[in-house]
Amino acid sequence: MMDDPEAIQTEILEATAAATTLDQLETIRVEELGRKGRITGFMKQLGSMDAERRKTVGLALNALKTEVAAAIEKRQRDLADADLDARLMADAVDVTLPARPEKPGRVHPISQTIDEVVAILGEMGFAIAEGPDIEDDWYNFTALNIPPEHPARQEHDTFYLPGQKDGHRLLLRTHTSPVQIHTMQQQKPPIRIIVPGRTYRCDYDATHSPMFHQIEGLAVDESTHMGHLKGCLIEFCRAYFGLDDLPVRFRPSYFPFTEPSAEVDIGCIREGGELRIGHGDDWLEILGCGMVNPRVLENCGIDSDKYQGFAFGMGIERLAMLKYGIADLRTFFESDLRWLRHYGFSALDVPTMVGGLNS
Amino acid sequence: MKLTLSWLKDHLDTTAGVEAVADRLTMLGLEVDGVTDRARGMEDFVVAEVVEVKQHPDADKLQVCQVSTGTETLTVVCGAPNARTGMKGVFAAPGCYIPGIDLKLKKAKIRGVVSNGMLLSEREMGLSDEHQGVIELPAAAAVGATAVEVMGLADPVIDIAITPNRGDCLGVRGVARDLAAAGLGTLKPLNAEPVPGAFESPIKVHLDFTSAAADACPFFVGRYIRGLGNGESPGWLKDKLLAVGLRPISALVDITNLMTLDLCRPLHVFDADKIKGDLRVRLAKPGESMLALDGREYDLDATMTVIADDDHAQALGGVIGGERSGCAAETVNVYVECAYFDPVRTAATGRKLNLTSDARFRFERGVDPAFLVPGMEIATRLILDLCGGEASEPVIAGKEPEWKRDIGFRPGRIQALGGVEVPAEEVKRIFGALGFMVAETGAQWRVSVPSWRGDIVGEACLVEEIVRVFGYDNIPTMAMERPSALPPPALDASQRRRAAARRVLAGRGLVEAVTLSFMPSEQAEPFGGAPDSIRLLNPISSDLDAMRPSILPNLISAVGRNADRGIPDACLFEIGPRFAGDRPEDQSMVAAGVRAGRSGLRNWAEPSRPVDVFDAKADALAVFGELALPVDKLRIGNDAPPWYHPGRSGLFRLGPKTVLASFGEIHPRALRKMDVKGPIVGFEIFLDNLPKPKTRKTAAKPHLELPSFQPVERDFAFVVDKDIAAEALMRAAKDADAALIAEVRVFDLFAGGNLGEAKKSLAINVVLQPTEKTLTDAEIDAVAEKVIASVEAATGGVLRK
Repeated sequence: MMDDPEAIQTEILEATAAATTLDQLETIRVEELGRKGRITGFMKQLGSMDAERRKTVGLALNALKTEVAAAIEKRQRDLADADLDARLMADAVDVTLPARPEKPGRVHPISQTIDEVVAILGEMGFAIAEGPDIEDDWYNFTALNIPPEHPARQEHDTFYLPGQKDGHRLLLRTHTSPVQIHTMQQQKPPIRIIVPGRTYRCDYDATHSPMFHQIEGLAVDESTHMGHLKGCLIEFCRAYFGLDDLPVRFRPSYFPFTEPSAEVDIGCIREGGELRIGHGDDWLEILGCGMVNPRVLENCGIDSDKYQGFAFGMGIERLAMLKYGIADLRTFFESDLRWLRHYGFSALDVPTMVGGLNS
Repeated sequence: MKLTLSWLKDHLDTTAGVEAVADRLTMLGLEVDGVTDRARGMEDFVVAEVVEVKQHPDADKLQVCQVSTGTETLTVVCGAPNARTGMKGVFAAPGCYIPGIDLKLKKAKIRGVVSNGMLLSEREMGLSDEHQGVIELPAAAAVGATAVEVMGLADPVIDIAITPNRGDCLGVRGVARDLAAAGLGTLKPLNAEPVPGAFESPIKVHLDFTSAAADACPFFVGRYIRGLGNGESPGWLKDKLLAVGLRPISALVDITNLMTLDLCRPLHVFDADKIKGDLRVRLAKPGESMLALDGREYDLDATMTVIADDDHAQALGGVIGGERSGCAAETVNVYVECAYFDPVRTAATGRKLNLTSDARFRFERGVDPAFLVPGMEIATRLILDLCGGEASEPVIAGKEPEWKRDIGFRPGRIQALGGVEVPAEEVKRIFGALGFMVAETGAQWRVSVPSWRGDIVGEACLVEEIVRVFGYDNIPTMAMERPSALPPPALDASQRRRAAARRVLAGRGLVEAVTLSFMPSEQAEPFGGAPDSIRLLNPISSDLDAMRPSILPNLISAVGRNADRGIPDACLFEIGPRFAGDRPEDQSMVAAGVRAGRSGLRNWAEPSRPVDVFDAKADALAVFGELALPVDKLRIGNDAPPWYHPGRSGLFRLGPKTVLASFGEIHPRALRKMDVKGPIVGFEIFLDNLPKPKTRKTAAKPHLELPSFQPVERDFAFVVDKDIAAEALMRAAKDADAALIAEVRVFDLFAGGNLGEAKKSLAINVVLQPTEKTLTDAEIDAVAEKVIASVEAATGGVLRK
């Protein structure tokens, strides 16, 4: 029979505190509170006591049992925590080891530049139009007011294919302008299109590649004039280069498919072999443009007395080279991974006007 | 086209400096490529006279000169053999910079004699390589004057890029006319007074053309000049030519060059004594050839215009003269030709013979058809002035080609098209200054085009003339009109998909490349080949002779190039066209990619493995997923094209015919042909074959029903014949209870061991998703039985015990 519950409690609590493993604790719990445990044994003896005594001893026993159970539980938690701490320390790794390597992909600067140009001109209501790379000489030249013996036709170094279509020689388009013709044949004004695409000229040296990219713009309606052409392209140049005050000048020039025609220069600074876009005492030619030649409209079956508009065209690689400081045109097509990773763009870097093109 | 400022001022009365002229030219559409100021940095050199020459006391090859600069007389040590008393030369004082030897001159003691400056050679002035002696100036040169002025160097050279429409500006006078119209001075009158003929020309001219070729040379003016002397040109003429980069040859040749450059009026001068009989202008005869003035013999054909005497072709009309009848120092009698040659024929002849000349350049752009007689008079006067002699009556054959035309012009078009208001008086002034004649008849004017402006053909051309002279800078800038506040989308559905595919692939670690649309036809062979219709007639080189039938070979060769640079595990993609033929429908848009070598970078955490077919398959599927294609409706075929490994490649099909993509390991034979090391896996997604996205009335997504019961998973392993497709087994399992089975995944593949050669084990994980109530064990067991039965029925697979 239990003589001194306090002494027993003290004894158990000391043993509990002294336990260093969960196993030892479990042993204590079984020995005291288990089915055959000491306290359980005392509880069993309660039945043989008289009511008075049973009450007194019962209270004391219950208090003892609660205390002991709580102490064991607490000690269990403490030991488990300590155990976890020890295990975690044992599991430590060298966090200076490199993370599992990932090789991010890149978007080519030509694609990124096209996306930028489209983002800007899309805001002005231009939609993308496209056409085939293999054209015939009517679409590529004649319809654009470049007759067979025109000196301008000789300046295009054209790749020819053996075939013919409707009596016209097949060729690789030398500019994206044939898409103007296709569009105007198929669509009534108002028209606002931009045409990004591959173009080809038979020329290969430090500043020429047999394939390059152009983007063409065409706006035809009843009232668009040269003032709008200036407005459109000045806005474009400033947005593309991210320079609100970029000087832009329009210079008379000649293209068979526009009349009047202009070349557009932007301000730049040339210093110590370096070129910087912006306010300076020098100019850099960036694109060609003009009012659509009435003959071109008529060639597409559009009444040139009623409709007029402008067209412009520019080289994508040139735009990219100027903005991103790429020195050599030919490197665009060499697929050198070192170059692509350096000049390429993140997949998530999608150009938008709301997000800004020049962060 | 080069000219000097003073040459321009021969025609233009102006006080404008070179910068103002250059700026205005550019803004007129006559783009200035550069201005060269040959005198820059040499302004301090003066004309000096050598007043005494003595032998240097201590050096055989040196002389000690006393040189007068007008203000003082200085001792100068000089090594030039031509230094002599009374000679005038160019003197540089100490402190001057000597450009030709990049040196700042200092007073120096040369072998004991102090030299107070230097007499300069042409090389020292940076003018030429001439260093035999010092420059000798004319005796008339004023001592003390600025040397560059005396030498005619203080005259900046302006280089203009003339657009092909402005043939009229290929002469200095045309440039001056534009500047005068732009308000930069006034055009001086041109003296084309007729020179009276003293006799009748003994040489006649016949235009021998069939009517079909009559336009080859419709108008010819000739003149015989006798008793002249063909010596050196005077200094003013030589200086002009030298300034623009032409070597003076003899007075007669220099005069023809001057006429070409100054008035855009190319001429030819025959030595009349070398001409037999009359001149006939005709098409060349088959087999005819001509020794030209450039010393080369040209084979001519019947499209080319020649000027022939009784025996030979003596000149190629509009292109080049013949050596046989060329002028020499002994020439005393000449025959001058001033003709109009057809631009198209001249250009074609030049191209065929690969012969460029100043004459061809001008004739093919169209010379002034009304300037033959005046041109002849001016040339005659020049010849008589510089060479002496006596001129015949002009010989005229044919007649001036019709050039007069009027264009209806509504002045309101300047604002409507050009976007700028130009006062009517200013419009008339500009037209007048450019040589146009205006007849006002109410709202519509009649504008007559001058003979030298063949490029002006319509009202828009006239608007351009006015606006360009008035100044593009003066056009007010206007924002584009917006039909609505927000623009419509710029991209259509297929363009959006292409953009999405690009970003997905780049997001998966593939680097975008842009390769040429061409490739070597030989390398195209293993990739389907390039039919003759897409082989270029004039490729840049034999490796770029065909349009690519596939993007893959270009990417594979890029892998090879990167491997050669030490990057063996390239992952590249490209979105671009491929070509099956020359019709528009033969061109299609493809997204293709390759992965080479090992998957993932070598690292401490996990082993890398060689790339395999499933890497390529995953790339294609990622694109399909992003484009919201019905991936579960796609069928995989194992009949990929032959450039893939026959056992490790496949096709994605939608329906029986439409191939959406191919993927697989690239066939080792194809790699060997390209000399690139494998393994390389690749895919090609045929973007044009993808089903069009459905246009839906609403952007709302389908109603979402979230089941409130937990999914249950069961695993099965089946032993099947080796050639059973995993896809068939998975589909059979799914079909066992399509409503309840949400997903079937393969989690293990095992072959060998005690399964034997012909069998394999596929372990699948089946996910059941109850929607109405929790499944009981009995219900789960029932589904499991159905799965086993379905798989067995479809594949013969037996549950592995």
